[in-house]
Amino acid sequence: MSNTHFEQIELTDSPHTASEDARVADYFALLKPRVMSLVVFTGLAGLALAPGEINPFIGFVALLCIAVGAGASGALNMWYDADIDAKMERTRTRPIPTGRVAPAEALNLGVTLSLGAVAVMALAVNYTSALLLAVTIGFYLFIYTMWLKRRSPQNIVIGGAAGAFPPMIGWAAVTGSVSLESIVLFLIIFMWTPPHFWALALYRSGDYEKVGVPMLPVVAGQAETGKQIFIYSLILAPIALLPAFMGFASLLYGGIAGVLTAAFLIFAWQVWRSVATAEGPQDRLTAQAEKHARKLFFYSILYLMLLFAALLAEGVFDLRAITGW
Amino acid sequence: MPLSDLHQRKRAKNVTVAGILLALIVLFFVITIIKLSGSPAAAGL
Repeated sequence: MSNTHFEQIELTDSPHTASEDARVADYFALLKPRVMSLVVFTGLAGLALAPGEINPFIGFVALLCIAVGAGASGALNMWYDADIDAKMERTRTRPIPTGRVAPAEALNLGVTLSLGAVAVMALAVNYTSALLLAVTIGFYLFIYTMWLKRRSPQNIVIGGAAGAFPPMIGWAAVTGSVSLESIVLFLIIFMWTPPHFWALALYRSGDYEKVGVPMLPVVAGQAETGKQIFIYSLILAPIALLPAFMGFASLLYGGIAGVLTAAFLIFAWQVWRSVATAEGPQDRLTAQAEKHARKLFFYSILYLMLLFAALLAEGVFDLRAITGW
Repeated sequence: MPLSDLHQRKRAKNVTVAGILLALIVLFFVITIIKLSGSPAAAGL
């Protein structure tokens, strides 16, 4: 934490005027609702797949806590990163950089929601899921946002663990424990995160370079990033199929995951080839490479949604019994 | 008399906070009822 960081935040820190300008939608935006929806969805899949029973309302409370915890992490991330968000094209219209919400308000909101979500999870669901939720929030704020993001090109590789915990939390909400199956669900998201974020970072590398965030394309160049995207996609492929091979998902899931992952590999390969064979300066992405990077980024979101939708269907309809696997 | 933009914003925030508090009351009430019902599945154990 540098002094400069807080000096830059203080420039926009005027609680009285900011809170008057703020609308309810601005506070909601602090919670990163799009990220929240993906987190809730993967958490729901973990909850549905886990063996055992949970009262539907307690299950709903568990998901609510996961959603609120994810939102709190988003608010704390926006509080800490307000200085660089103000300079980046993608994030400059967020509530804090525009001055609609004061940093102190975002911090208060984030801390309150974090404590509330963990406390309710502990009291209403179980201590294991509450502990995992607390670790997730802490990991995202302290390990990713404060420590790694501005220091290491491996920021999103390690920091990606925070986004991978929700299905494990959902699983723990039902079983009260962490098992090999829930670790596999964790690993799917963990291995999916680097190709997903690096695809974005490829065509947004100028933004990250401007604010000194050492994303892989900024530090190692496009060609190396393309290679790493493909390597991580290759590692992801067998892990995405593991639920079927381990028997907690059916062959139908295996087939769906196989097709989806094959497409993922093709798109990742296209990104690698387009950046590796590109001519001209390495700091600028060719139109072809940008097209492939955008395609991979948007497909990666669809991929994770569909993969976890298939897992959710497995849990809800017990497809293993129907398909005899 | 129409409310000013500032008042409208403040009112929307107050109504939202009231709604959240009400939802929390209902949430804790239902959780308590479920926990008191005592079955392991209902208690999430």
